[in-house]
Amino acid sequence: MNIIRTAACGTLESSDALITVAPGDGLQISIQSVVLRQFGAQIEASVRDVLRELEVTGAIITVEDRGAVDCVLRARCETALRRAAKEE
Amino acid sequence: MLRSLLFVPGNSPAMLLNADIHRADGIILDLEDAVAPDQKDAARILVRNAVRTLQYAVQALIIRINPLDTAFCREDLETIVPLRPAFIMPTKVAGEGDIRALDQMLREIERKNGVEEGVTRLLALIETACGIENAYAIARAPRVRALMLGAEDYTADLRAIRSRESGEIAYARSRIVNAARAAGIDAFDTPFTDVNDVDGLLNDAQAARALGFSGKAAISPRHIAGINAAFSPTAAEVRYARQVLDVIEEAQRLGRGAVSLRGKMIDKPIVERARQTLQMAHALNMEVDEL
Repeated sequence: MNIIRTAACGTLESSDALITVAPGDGLQISIQSVVLRQFGAQIEASVRDVLRELEVTGAIITVEDRGAVDCVLRARCETALRRAAKEE
Repeated sequence: MLRSLLFVPGNSPAMLLNADIHRADGIILDLEDAVAPDQKDAARILVRNAVRTLQYAVQALIIRINPLDTAFCREDLETIVPLRPAFIMPTKVAGEGDIRALDQMLREIERKNGVEEGVTRLLALIETACGIENAYAIARAPRVRALMLGAEDYTADLRAIRSRESGEIAYARSRIVNAARAAGIDAFDTPFTDVNDVDGLLNDAQAARALGFSGKAAISPRHIAGINAAFSPTAAEVRYARQVLDVIEEAQRLGRGAVSLRGKMIDKPIVERARQTLQMAHALNMEVDEL
């Protein structure tokens, strides 16, 4: 999957995450979360999983987490990537 | 036994996470009205992940899809058919033709996903004047296992004035119940839309039960307890049902024909109703012998 434009999915409400994806060389992931110390590594691993499943090799990903559980985080990430890859 | 069916917005993580904690017998994860058009893709993927991961502790998981005449419908089906929910809920079903078109689409998607053909069941939401008139044909159409009345869209279609007493939907309610029972399937009543009017909800649910509905939809967790109570037999009803069966057994033992209880003749329909009441009581784990 090729990332061709900037797109986002999710919200900053509790239990959700806002994930923004932009075109980029290689994978750059930045995470903001109130539970970064406890779950930062797990959040990054989940994002990398989704990137692998969708075969994305170049993207800049920003995660603003508001306590999203793993299945929510993965859903928001997948939707943002699909939106960023979609042709207009 | 499905008494209460709670609508849960499909794009709200907080509500999806807590969907099964309100004691609703079934939940309806909504991809349609509760989701903005530009968020349909997000809701579809979120619902898919939630269903795969959360293992909802409910008797029936139902997913409401977007109308057949929108581009969203096929994408919804492609995503949710492999999840094998208890029911898929198509909206604004106007006639048997809608179900046949859906059946065709479902066959293709089931085949493609290795799901046994014909296994996906439908709970058809009827919410137009045309749909009400065609309720029996819809009830008998392939895959349809239950009907639900959607009164808000229906009364808008009628140009009727919606009221707390719901006289304007009396015809639709009766027609849906009759169509569903004639086809041997369940019928579910429309949600009561005033979240804060608990007395109104109770009256509305009791009226629906009296008409023959199996259960009722809810748009708020606050309505679940009232709906469950209205669609459960009361202790007095269970006691009476037990007495009916006791006097019938006694009459049979003594070889008597006509039997009466509390001055009323007990005939076959009364016995049948007593059996239904006791079946419901057993299904709900009410301790029948102690009542």
